[in-house]
Amino acid sequence: MLKKTSPGDLYLSIQDLWKAFGEFLALRDISLDINEGEFICFLGPSGCGKTTLLRAIAGLDLQTKGTVMQDGKDVSNLPPSERDFGIVFQSYALFPNLTIEKNIAFGLENTGRSKSEIAVRVAELLNLVGLPDQGSKYPAQLSGGQQQRIALARAIATNPGLLLLDEPLSALDAKVRVHLRHEIKELQRKLGVTTVMVTHDQEEALAMADRIVVMNHGVIEQVGTPTEIYRHPANLFVADFIGEMNQLPAVAGDAETLELGGSILKCEPHSLQKGNRIVAAVRPEDIIPHGEGARSPDAPDVITTPENAFEVLITEMEFLGSFWRCRLSHQTFGARELIGDFSINAVRRLGLEAGEQMMIELPRNRLMAFTPAEEG
Amino acid sequence: MTDTTSLPAGPLIKGKLSRDDLIMRGGMMVIALYLVVTLAFPLWAMLSKSFSTYRIELSQYEFQVSDDNGVFSGTILNGTQLNTETGAYTDQELSTGSDGRLSVTPFFPDFSFRSPVMYRIRNTVPDGRFLIGSNLQKGTDWVVLDSNTFRRVQLRPVKATGIENFANYFSTPALFNSVKNSIWIAIVSTIITVTLAFWFAYALNRSCMRFKGMFRLVAMAPILVPSLLPGIALVYLFGNQGMLKELLFGASIYGPIGIVIGSVFFTFPHAFLIISTALAISDARLYEAASSLRSTPWRTFWTVTIPGARYGLISAAFVVFNLVITDFGLPKVIGGQFNVLAVDIYKQVIGQQNFEMGAVVSVVLVVPAILAFAIDRLVQSKQVALLSARSVPYRPKSNPKTDRIMLIYCSMVALFIVGMLAVCQFAALIKFWPYDLSLSLNNYQFDKMDGGGWGSYFNSIKMALLTAVIGTSIIFFGAYLVEKSNGFKTGRALFQMFAMLPMAIPGMVLGLAYIFFFNNPSNPLNAIYGTMAILVICSVTHFYTVSHLTAVTALKQMDTEFESVSASLKQPTMKLFARVTVPVCLPAILDISIYLFVNAMTTVSAVVFLYSPKTTLASIAVLNMDDAGDIAPAAAMGMMIFYTNAAARILHLIASKGILSRTQAWRSR
Repeated sequence: MLKKTSPGDLYLSIQDLWKAFGEFLALRDISLDINEGEFICFLGPSGCGKTTLLRAIAGLDLQTKGTVMQDGKDVSNLPPSERDFGIVFQSYALFPNLTIEKNIAFGLENTGRSKSEIAVRVAELLNLVGLPDQGSKYPAQLSGGQQQRIALARAIATNPGLLLLDEPLSALDAKVRVHLRHEIKELQRKLGVTTVMVTHDQEEALAMADRIVVMNHGVIEQVGTPTEIYRHPANLFVADFIGEMNQLPAVAGDAETLELGGSILKCEPHSLQKGNRIVAAVRPEDIIPHGEGARSPDAPDVITTPENAFEVLITEMEFLGSFWRCRLSHQTFGARELIGDFSINAVRRLGLEAGEQMMIELPRNRLMAFTPAEEG
Repeated sequence: MTDTTSLPAGPLIKGKLSRDDLIMRGGMMVIALYLVVTLAFPLWAMLSKSFSTYRIELSQYEFQVSDDNGVFSGTILNGTQLNTETGAYTDQELSTGSDGRLSVTPFFPDFSFRSPVMYRIRNTVPDGRFLIGSNLQKGTDWVVLDSNTFRRVQLRPVKATGIENFANYFSTPALFNSVKNSIWIAIVSTIITVTLAFWFAYALNRSCMRFKGMFRLVAMAPILVPSLLPGIALVYLFGNQGMLKELLFGASIYGPIGIVIGSVFFTFPHAFLIISTALAISDARLYEAASSLRSTPWRTFWTVTIPGARYGLISAAFVVFNLVITDFGLPKVIGGQFNVLAVDIYKQVIGQQNFEMGAVVSVVLVVPAILAFAIDRLVQSKQVALLSARSVPYRPKSNPKTDRIMLIYCSMVALFIVGMLAVCQFAALIKFWPYDLSLSLNNYQFDKMDGGGWGSYFNSIKMALLTAVIGTSIIFFGAYLVEKSNGFKTGRALFQMFAMLPMAIPGMVLGLAYIFFFNNPSNPLNAIYGTMAILVICSVTHFYTVSHLTAVTALKQMDTEFESVSASLKQPTMKLFARVTVPVCLPAILDISIYLFVNAMTTVSAVVFLYSPKTTLASIAVLNMDDAGDIAPAAAMGMMIFYTNAAARILHLIASKGILSRTQAWRSR
């Protein structure tokens, strides 16, 4: 198929999209642009509308309102068979009574290709997904991961302009999942096909996507690269949904401060009204452990107190393999405990133990201020 | 920020229909239309027939008598007036059927067809009607007739709509009694069958006795014969010259006793299947919990087994009730003077040619049938919810004592079933019971008897094959369309409703409804009346529901995304249907076809009104030969049906195994 666009150009454009199921609004005013060759992940909790959005793009469940432009063409009301996409489902949806070869060839038939051309293409695809000699088997004879690769091969057989993946890895074992997500990403890069994947697994999204679309309750919360989303979550929902986040009730201060339990802390710049109730948030791995205090490299004997520092009690330590998870309490946090993830190295070096006091720092460029959830 | 709490105004997206959507909707409409024409319209025709009343309106006629010279000078006489004066007809005689005719000479006591007196008659209203010989007279002009012609004048009734037929029905004890009889028989048979079937199923599912496979086979055997066959066996066993007549201590088998025993025989497999399924899905964890709580077996039985199977029991009870109350063949053969609803329909229609009353009885019969059907559906939908993926299948432990008791019990039930069939086979081979007990094949010379001879047997096979092939195609395709097409929600819901309806309609009612609808000369489909086509159509429609449900169950197990994948690959849905759906569902398709074949072979009720001399059927031949007193040939023909169905079953088994091993290779890992 001849494309009008080249890599980097706008390929898929969704404007003011709504989807209603009776009274329930599954998608509310969604607008999103996707570029040629991009790998996009729709990420969100179940029921957030991500699959609904994917199915609207495919034409499988038409949106109630709004337009979908694909490759410069308005496809808003077209049935799936008149759109240009390949799709892979969580269930693989391989035809059980057809061999692997016939499954892959299914979409190549009736397209003007000769039998030998089809055979060549099928062999090529089997090679591409790394299963060159499984062609004569039936789907049930393959493992879940292998079946998913065949489903992928079938979806890309006709060189569609858009590849849609609906939770393709959810039904697989953790190990296979990690392995296959690399392969899919690799394949996508090789083919340069614009890809939209739906997932509820943040790790998957962070590892695979060029850009992540975080969704909740039918609206887009944030669109950004994995690092943007992780480092600079747009709001408390995104901060909480992706990665782990300590949340402490606080009050907004100036543009770069917040007040936590009476102490003024430096934090990431925010635009919240001074004096408003806010949530102070910091990721467990961003908390810096200091033992009894910070030592400057210039004067190792002098113990200074770093900014945003707290003298906390380690109430509990949990060994999680590659790091220690510590529960830290301080009177300013109230009944809440802070969770800090410290490297094994740091724990050994500082001699941390449950029941002991320690000094921690909430680094200013890692401490964020958000509007509390009930107002958002 | 824009408001995201409510849908903005403006036009909604209207999806463009793809070619596949159009094909599937079109197909669905065609099959829905088939159901409307073969089910809804006939039932409507029947319903309106039951409310049609016919009455001779005497006030619509005027008469005048001439003197001996043919001069009309006397008074003009009104019909009503004449009847009051002469008392010629009672009021009841004036209420009649659509074919009612009334002679007018009784109004004139001194009438003589040799007299020179002339008569004049006219309608007082333009649409009044009377016959002179076979010529219909309409209009209000006077017609002058000599007395010889006048005696050939017959008044015709006026059609009206009203509930008189029903009033008439319920005020006639002879008819109304049948309601009581039918319900009574159905309840007694239901209690006995469900009890017997429960313990039989319990033994097969919960004990470690031997010969389970054989018992399962025997339990299903009654499905293969027409319901009237046990009646014939009972006649031989307990009839006036029966082998075991003394066992009844003087009671007559012709009547409720015979109907109940025969009903237990032919409904047993249905109850057994349902209860067996319910017992098979019981969760072993509940029994482990019960035994760890030191519950006695008796208590476990009442707190775990029975509640687990309760929906199965209720469902079985309503299915059996429905089968018994709507059955026609058995009470026809063994019912004697004991009237039931289904036989009443037959008697009204075939015996008395009173179609309106036949329609009324049909409507009366449909009420309990629909009620039983509705409750059964409700209960079955709950049964599904009981299944859980985490259930652990129950494995019975061996207990020599209970196993032996169960084995004895099952052997007795099996003996009952096999015994009935054996008696029929025995009867068929005896030269002349009870006087000449030598064996012969004389009873198989069907061509020498009433009922259509061997031709009817081959007609039956042809009809059953056509029903199986055509029915399976229509039903499976229809189920596919309704399960897998997009959108079109109202249409699909309506279709589902139509597909469920046939199960609630007794065969007799459907057959009678077909007469009213297809035998109407103004119906363009009138041509199929009396042909093989109407028998096939009637059978397909009659057995539609169970087949449809089988197809839907199989289709629901297919991945819902196959159609989406196919559309994304730009392949026609019909290609997917042919290449994937049909091959994968082949086991279900074969099940549907054998179900249709066996039922078409054994059905009596649905086709008893519809066969013609050219299309007599084996099951009807059994009925007619029995009616004519040729009981032994009737038994012989009944057993022919049994052997044919058994052979079909075996063939089906072999064919399924062969086809499945080739087409279902993918199922094995």
